[in-house]
Amino acid sequence: MLEVNNLEVIRGDRSLFSELGFSLNTGELLHLLGHNGSGKTTLLRTLCGLIKPSQGVVSWKGTNIRRQRDEFAQEMLFLGHLNGIKADLTAVENLRILSRLDGLDVSDDELWQVLEKMGLYGHEDLAVGVLSQGQKRRVSLARLLLSKSPLWLLDEPFTALDKAAVDFLQTVIAEHVENDGMVILTTHQDVGLTTGEVKQLRLGWKKDGDV
Amino acid sequence: MFKAFYTVVMRDLLLAMRNRSDILTTVFFFIIAISLFPLGVGPELNTLREIAPGVFWVAALLASMLALERLFAIDFADGTLEQMLLTPQPATILVLAKVLAHWLITGVPLVLLSPLLGLQYDLSSDAIQVLMLTLLLGTPSLSLIGAIGAALTLGLRGGGVLVSLLVLPLYIPVLIFGSGAVEATVSGLGGAGHIFMLGAIFLLSLVLSPLATVAALRVSAE
Repeated sequence: MLEVNNLEVIRGDRSLFSELGFSLNTGELLHLLGHNGSGKTTLLRTLCGLIKPSQGVVSWKGTNIRRQRDEFAQEMLFLGHLNGIKADLTAVENLRILSRLDGLDVSDDELWQVLEKMGLYGHEDLAVGVLSQGQKRRVSLARLLLSKSPLWLLDEPFTALDKAAVDFLQTVIAEHVENDGMVILTTHQDVGLTTGEVKQLRLGWKKDGDV
Repeated sequence: MFKAFYTVVMRDLLLAMRNRSDILTTVFFFIIAISLFPLGVGPELNTLREIAPGVFWVAALLASMLALERLFAIDFADGTLEQMLLTPQPATILVLAKVLAHWLITGVPLVLLSPLLGLQYDLSSDAIQVLMLTLLLGTPSLSLIGAIGAALTLGLRGGGVLVSLLVLPLYIPVLIFGSGAVEATVSGLGGAGHIFMLGAIFLLSLVLSPLATVAALRVSAE
């Protein structure tokens, strides 16, 4: 489904990675590993189409993603370092706008249910700006529960979350992979995903334990 | 597609309502800048009538530029902009929606206030009508053209100064034809030609600016 061929990305006249190639099929999870600055975020942003690779091609179902932006966007969900939610809007409003733009038809009841599942009961109609870091992250991650996209690209999804939320998110990701979804994520935590195929990709030249 | 357009317009209007100081800054700047001239120039009615079109248009131009920085910068900082670029909606439509909301917030108040402020300059009702018409046609062009500059300077330090340098030359035709229409009407020549030119500039920027803005946003989001 997702294929990467001979990919090279240069940021600030330094090549972060080159001749990178892999493929991902349904029901697989790819765990990106690497030390700080090894290019994990850059790779994810290249895969979702935000960064133009200096060489190589990312293709989805056999076609370059840069030739089918809207079609690919329909089937991909990217959650980056930034939560992508407005501080002045409430959790429900944020989620409603995001799902409408994703082309999903979600009723208000569903939005409230999803936020309750994310442990935000009682905080749904507060401006997101007054919530804690972890709660903001939960609002942003609530999109995963609504998403119908097969490919999820998650950049450090576990940061700022408490243990219960991390466990919940892991089951959500595991379920998605089980249902023939695809996930690429970066994290420094050990992700226990028992089901589905787990691939690992290590970026950078340093060995484990080097500083 | 229309749903996405509507969603973004309503989103930006809602955000503006939650954060009213942003709207008021532009409006107050416009009021203050225009009200200062009669005080500075003196109460000579003929002089005031003569400078009025220019003063109004320069004030509208600067007020519009003042508001430009906020068009994309906040969305860029909190990551909602990159999420918008990654939605399956045509990015030009989303940009157009943002510009429309920006114009409703910063452009329309100027149009509505101009008759009231026009009284300070002893403008005739004909002149005020033409002034409102030119502002109605011209301010959307300012928002559209400004969007390109705002998108290009996203994430740059000192972006505000750079925006003015990039955008001001493109604003000049709007300024010339906008104030020209009012002057021509007052002098009895008839401002129709100027107004048609303003309409042409509006249509041209309506077609070209979203494309250029999207291209600039994609570069800035990298």
